[in-house]
Amino acid sequence: MASLQTQHAVLASKAPQSGSFFDEPGSNVRNSNIPSQKSERQQEQDSTTMSIDVQHISKTFGTFRALDDVSLKINDGELVALLGPSGSGKTTLLRIIAGLEAPDPNPGTSIRFYDEDVSRRAVGERQVGFVFQHYALFRHMTVFENVAFGLRVRHKSTRPSKEEIRDRVERLLSLVQLAQFSKRYPSQLSGGQRQRVALARALAVEPKVLLLDEPFGALDAQVRKGLRAWLRRLHEEIHITSVLVTHDQEEALEVADRVVVMNNSKIEQEGSPDEVFHSAKTQFVMEFLGQVNVFHGRVQRGKATLGDLTVDYPHYSGEHEQPATVYMRPHEFEIRRASNGKPSFPARITRTHSAGAVARVFLETEDAASVLVELPLDEFAQLALQEGETVHLYPKNARVFVPSESQ
Amino acid sequence: MSKNFAKRQVLPGFGITMGYTVTYLSLIVLVPLAALFLKSAGLGWADFWKAVSGPRVVASYKLTFGASLVAAAVNAVFGFVVAWTLVRYQFPGKRIIDAMIDLPFALPTAVSGIALTAVYSSHGWFGQYLEPLGIKVAYTPLGITLALVFIGLPFVVRTLQPALADLERESEEAAASLGANRFQTFTRVIIPTILPALLTGFALSLARAIGEYGSVVFISGNMPMRTEITSLLIISKLEQYDTAGAAAISVVMLTVSFGLLLAINLLQHFAGRRFQGAL
Repeated sequence: MASLQTQHAVLASKAPQSGSFFDEPGSNVRNSNIPSQKSERQQEQDSTTMSIDVQHISKTFGTFRALDDVSLKINDGELVALLGPSGSGKTTLLRIIAGLEAPDPNPGTSIRFYDEDVSRRAVGERQVGFVFQHYALFRHMTVFENVAFGLRVRHKSTRPSKEEIRDRVERLLSLVQLAQFSKRYPSQLSGGQRQRVALARALAVEPKVLLLDEPFGALDAQVRKGLRAWLRRLHEEIHITSVLVTHDQEEALEVADRVVVMNNSKIEQEGSPDEVFHSAKTQFVMEFLGQVNVFHGRVQRGKATLGDLTVDYPHYSGEHEQPATVYMRPHEFEIRRASNGKPSFPARITRTHSAGAVARVFLETEDAASVLVELPLDEFAQLALQEGETVHLYPKNARVFVPSESQ
Repeated sequence: MSKNFAKRQVLPGFGITMGYTVTYLSLIVLVPLAALFLKSAGLGWADFWKAVSGPRVVASYKLTFGASLVAAAVNAVFGFVVAWTLVRYQFPGKRIIDAMIDLPFALPTAVSGIALTAVYSSHGWFGQYLEPLGIKVAYTPLGITLALVFIGLPFVVRTLQPALADLERESEEAAASLGANRFQTFTRVIIPTILPALLTGFALSLARAIGEYGSVVFISGNMPMRTEITSLLIISKLEQYDTAGAAAISVVMLTVSFGLLLAINLLQHFAGRRFQGAL
């Protein structure tokens, strides 16, 4: 959003462990534990072929603007996740790439696969494999017939022989680990199995790109996790350029090489999972990826203040005080019983919950803001925190977002 | 389906509903039909055979079943088109057209018969233009078929509409993305999916056509050997107080109709079984 000046900010206090999540005060370079992947990636993009390149795509449905001048490039062999809430335009973008939807006819609009303009081609001529959220299997056909469909409908001149089709379908079915189910009908399979059939069916036509529209959206959590890891392994194996649409941030961060965060018909940020998670460029990305504690502070003369805390914010040097939003992730806190003199803020523990990989401590600050802190279980056990007691919270990292300065 | 007869359900009442079903079917359907068989049995085998195999009777069977099959087939095709249009597209007046589909149900059949005759006779609105082209509609088998098409159309449309509405748009998109052209998508994906509903519509339309009387008698002209349908023959037997003869012909009609419907039901069962999940 243009109206937001964003900066990954720095706590003014010289913290002892200034290295991992802390930056040099005043410096513009962020997070030293994340290599500067962006510039590397950009160079890579310039040298390798772009498998998918869409430029200036807009799409309106009636009065609703689903996509607003979106451009996206995807490298050969990359697995990209389009991540966003429902209505953000991610599925529309995927369907436009596939040719299932046509973009608004604007002068700059183009859709290219491997430097070839495909914008005028119908979906069947684009050589894409499309996997639908609800599988869209042909329910009157067996698993085998479903996978063979794309080959059997080919024109005689390009259709493989019966034996070749059988071989290829059997190979694909063993690739998706369903070889023994080839004679079943889709209704006799579980959701996860159906989606694997759909994937095999899409791969059967040897597509140039694989497009997956919320492929695990209709499955339960356990199956999702398994399939997610399986999809990643499959991608390592066959290395087909893939675009995955999802609203599940965990899924996107775990599976994709690159995450494209979409909101409000636009791309908010794109980058590696680390980049978008640790260096969110916008408030939206910050809030959408992972949990955050939100505080409301003020900025003035290069500093953001939040109670006793001061955070360097060199991007606003104005005299005029501005409201700012300060974000802190739950795992970026230290809890102490006694103050050690460094800037902190007191909070009362309302609830603790340690049945999980990390202990979660729910607190309330003096001005009744609720805070969630996540601690390693051993640290939590050592502290022996009691509900109702007041402790000091030491933020290790904070990000400040200020609406564009109007000085 | 090897389910228990009366599994524990939220709504009880298997006993009473089943009892009602049996009683009702007996009183309304089975008892009258049994009486029919009984009546024709009074004839004795030789007379029965004579009554049901006379040339005039056989001609009427051919006409009735022939015209009914043709009409049901025509309805299957054009009923599909109508249902498709009503389900897939939005257009002004859609509600009105949708309501009009049911008119052949509601209209007294004699009224529709007279209306069709008026329009298609040699001086009617359409008839006067068709006649010079050598196409005679009224008082020919063509006219009978037309009347049967008219009264059978709603059956196909009404059974297909929900099936078409249930079609997943995504499976068509999937077919297209796999390289199928429109014709292939239609014949290999859409038609097989709606085939059970289409067969039901066909069967209903056929059954209705075989038993039709009111609309046909006006447009057929009722010429023995040429445009006389079996139902009319039964009525004329009754008018001559030949109840046993009428019953005998009815038994033949009943048996053939039952056989046809059973065959269609089996066909439909096999077409539908595959994706209902039965092993």
